[in-house]
Amino acid sequence: MNPIIIVGSGLSGYTLAREFRKLDKDTPLRIITADDGRFYSKPMLSNALSSGRTPDQLATADAAQMAAQLNTVIQTYSRVNAIDTARHIISVDGQELEYAKLVLALGADVIKPPLKGDAADAVISVNDLGDYTHFRAVIAGAKHVAIIGAGLIGCEFANDLRSAGIAVDVISTGSAPLNRLLPEAAGHALQEGLAHIGVNWHIDRSVTAVDRAAQGYRLTLSDGSIIEADAVLSCVGLRPRTMLAGAAGIHTAHGIAVDRFLATSAPDVYAMGDCAEVEGLVLFYVMPLMNAARALAKTLAGEPTPVVYPPMPVVVKTPAHPVAVSPPPPGVMGEWKIEVLGSGVRALFFDAGNKLRGFALTGTAVSEKNALAKELPALL
Amino acid sequence: MTKWQCVVCGLIYDESAGMPSEGIVPGTRWADIPDNWACPDCGVTKSDFEMVEIAA
Repeated sequence: MNPIIIVGSGLSGYTLAREFRKLDKDTPLRIITADDGRFYSKPMLSNALSSGRTPDQLATADAAQMAAQLNTVIQTYSRVNAIDTARHIISVDGQELEYAKLVLALGADVIKPPLKGDAADAVISVNDLGDYTHFRAVIAGAKHVAIIGAGLIGCEFANDLRSAGIAVDVISTGSAPLNRLLPEAAGHALQEGLAHIGVNWHIDRSVTAVDRAAQGYRLTLSDGSIIEADAVLSCVGLRPRTMLAGAAGIHTAHGIAVDRFLATSAPDVYAMGDCAEVEGLVLFYVMPLMNAARALAKTLAGEPTPVVYPPMPVVVKTPAHPVAVSPPPPGVMGEWKIEVLGSGVRALFFDAGNKLRGFALTGTAVSEKNALAKELPALL
Repeated sequence: MTKWQCVVCGLIYDESAGMPSEGIVPGTRWADIPDNWACPDCGVTKSDFEMVEIAA
């Protein structure tokens, strides 16, 4: 009997395997991963310094332990080069494997900002444990780190580096941090909270060049100003990995296009996590991944189950000024009602029918997250 | 009373504070929280990932 093959051993791949094994102990399972297959949690990368953990301590199990725990074969350091959806075969470094069902949990690639300068290639980005191990090696002994991008990851790393006493400059093209998720007033509250612990902000600016300096690097900004730093971290967003699926003729949009059953356009091929676009939604967060894994596990175990996305507020782990946000769904017209409290911001989004459709809470207002989430309609 | 941290998203559960917004009264021990409880920040169920105990 051909196995169910999961491609990818990030949170998606392993959570799906774990949920599936709760329902089906015997169907053969094979996980193929390009890295070493250790289990770790990606959200914990951007607060590992303040929690005093080394990169290795973030991995709680190695591939052999995971294989035993999940009763699965795990093929490490292996890349899937092609999918033949007609013959239900994937080629892995030249070896052909047949699948009964295939799940693409490939994750996403970091977006690289266009940079000039002789040190553009020294700019680091972090989207897995391997990247993070390299990052920690580079910043060992660093006094000053420049971060390009003020999204969730950029802000969490800024807070974490400051907690380790490292000077931080953040350069963002937005007019306030998290400008894709938050109304400006809430973004500015986060900006002030992080400035309060020493983060230097350069908003409405981009980095045009990174050059080697006598010691470390020299960044040139779009306004001509210069920043010196020992390391440069780029966190300007992710792009779902769709090339493998696209090359196999599987329909892709921004992510690998799947329906509510997480099924792609090819028979017996599914996709979930950061690489997937579920009915138009690409969500790089843990809560959607958990809901998808539970639904897909049932489907793979023979009980087709559509994914449900309840309200899933995003929590930004910036202890200096925490944030919890549930952005209004794309395309919903309405307006923000913003209250600036002494210790944070409460912003509520009401649609044309005066119904609550989103919220952005910062500082002490974050404590209202669970109560407000219960008032929101499901996303999917 | 101890504090626990979710291994996936880092949420801190402090037994002495409980989680009133989740209907968990202060002083509720981790062991007394039902197994089907899910971390409010990331959705991981308690039975899947044990919380990591950190100093009280």
